[in-house]
Amino acid sequence: MEVRAVNVRKEFDRFPALHDVSLDIRSGELIALLGPSGSGKTTLLRLIAGLERPTRGAIFFGDEDASHRSIQERNVGFVFQHYALFRHMTVADNIGFGLKVRHGADRPPAREIRRRASELLDLVQLSGLENRYPAQLSGGQRQRVALARAMAIEPKVLLLDEPFGALDAQVRRELRRWLRDIHDATGHTTVFVTHDQEEALELADRVVVMSQGRIEQVGTADDVYDTPNSPFVYGFIGDSSTLPVKVEDDQIWLADRPIGISAQGFAAGPATLFFRPHDIELLDGCSGCIAGTVVSSRRVAGTRRVELEVGGEQHRVEIELPVDHPAAQKSRVAFRPRKWKLFPTETAS
Amino acid sequence: MADPSIQTYAPPSEAATAAVTESPVARAVLMTVAFLFLGFFLVLPLIIVFQQAFAKGMGTYLSSLNDHDTLAAIRLTLLVAAIAVPLNLVYGVAAAWAIAKFEFKGKAFLTTLIDLPFSVSPVISGLVYVLLFGAQSMLGPWLKANGIEILFAVPGIVLATVFVTFPFVARELIPLMQEQGTGDEEAALSLGANGWQTFWYVTLPNIKWGLLYGVLLCNARAMGEFGAVSVVSGHIRGVTNTMPLHIEILYNEYNAAAAFAVASLLAGLALVTLVLKTILELRYGAELAATRGH
Repeated sequence: MEVRAVNVRKEFDRFPALHDVSLDIRSGELIALLGPSGSGKTTLLRLIAGLERPTRGAIFFGDEDASHRSIQERNVGFVFQHYALFRHMTVADNIGFGLKVRHGADRPPAREIRRRASELLDLVQLSGLENRYPAQLSGGQRQRVALARAMAIEPKVLLLDEPFGALDAQVRRELRRWLRDIHDATGHTTVFVTHDQEEALELADRVVVMSQGRIEQVGTADDVYDTPNSPFVYGFIGDSSTLPVKVEDDQIWLADRPIGISAQGFAAGPATLFFRPHDIELLDGCSGCIAGTVVSSRRVAGTRRVELEVGGEQHRVEIELPVDHPAAQKSRVAFRPRKWKLFPTETAS
Repeated sequence: MADPSIQTYAPPSEAATAAVTESPVARAVLMTVAFLFLGFFLVLPLIIVFQQAFAKGMGTYLSSLNDHDTLAAIRLTLLVAAIAVPLNLVYGVAAAWAIAKFEFKGKAFLTTLIDLPFSVSPVISGLVYVLLFGAQSMLGPWLKANGIEILFAVPGIVLATVFVTFPFVARELIPLMQEQGTGDEEAALSLGANGWQTFWYVTLPNIKWGLLYGVLLCNARAMGEFGAVSVVSGHIRGVTNTMPLHIEILYNEYNAAAAFAVASLLAGLALVTLVLKTILELRYGAELAATRGH
């Protein structure tokens, strides 16, 4: 099922949580809403579900305007961050709940509901736990039951709110792979909310980066990482270093010295240079480069992160070097980013 | 067999840590003071009630209970509780639901109003109804013309009892429902349940022990209420006397044996309530603890 948000605005007590957001979700895709807390990602998910009504704009399911449909009518599978399993019901009753509350001919017989619950438990790899209560399950198991329960109603769309947020890192990585497998097997259009970029980039077909109630960028993991379209996305996705620079004569200047990179037509004036700390080349001589004094050097997993003080105005940037690189021992390092991007200074965050 | 890889969640132990443990002497003194106080002010009077009730033997006890007016008082008390408690059950659930699950203007005011009967003297609660429905009130002549009896009749007693006991269920449920939030209800709705199914299958099971607890307290108070009922009842023997009022009349007539016999029934009710309450707390302590608002 294709889902579209069209110019959606949502206010809570006149405080806008979403400003004019539009998003096309393709049928069958696994898409992540990624952003820091307060970015509006959960609000957008709840609007799609029908748990909230938009202040303005519309939500389309396929070609049908679903904005005024209740959550029951929308037939969405919603997985809550804290699972919201019914604690007084067994696992099987939890999963069967959505079928049990149907009316008349739509309600399958009890035996069929039970069979369906067992089938879904097999799918989420929890076979045999039908008669457990939620309190007897681990966090990861509860999350799986919550997903099975959401899938039992054969939803048009699966919506997951921070599905792995309350789990520890190990279980989270496991469930991530598992969710991808389930998605590939069932083909549900799936939207999930996360603040963990690693999760979003690894799991999703496309990532929607959100900030302060707006969509900053929509794209594949490669798109948002390699060609971020705003200072926010550059700073939010992956590591980045920034330097205040100036563009003149189509050259980038750092404190009155050109750094040997063409501005490629960027408008003259003050700007902010973004680059990835690991995507740099070290230089020996410095005629057109960024040179700095080593302030500190930290070992981070497989690399060494070196903090440099550059320019007359004491800006600090971080670069990454191989662990055994001799430059890490020197007191001055000269480098030039291999890939970089300029943004006008006013909007840099 | 339990799968060892499955964790079960036990509530965190509340054993006192060494840092907050007092010396044995201090503990002994504190505990002695507490027990002596409770013994003197609570247990001793209770024992005296039963001792007085049975002072003249089992025969007198039974015959004083078998009195026509006493039986009428017991019937009236049961009737009033049977009307007031269900009313307050429904009201309490509705009010707690509204306060815990919705945001609306005047919510703080409603919460304060619910506490009103706790802060108002029961006599005032009764007087309010006298002023509202009495012969001198605005409604009085109209009620009289239409032959509706409220004051000095069962409706007045029920109204006063409802007023005095309405906070019990609501107070019990509000923190519980606030603690539980709306997640479970949203989940039920997203699975296609309608409002009634959500309430019946999800909300009610989540609050059932807290609800039972509130109903127990509400019932104990409904049967034991004296002040408010005394003002509106008119003390008509065998007609508008509830058990507490009847006890007072018997006592004023120096009929101590009969007064204490009826009193022993109320005391018995209190004991049963206490036992049930303790069982609930022991069995569902974790669920109820969440309701205490810490």
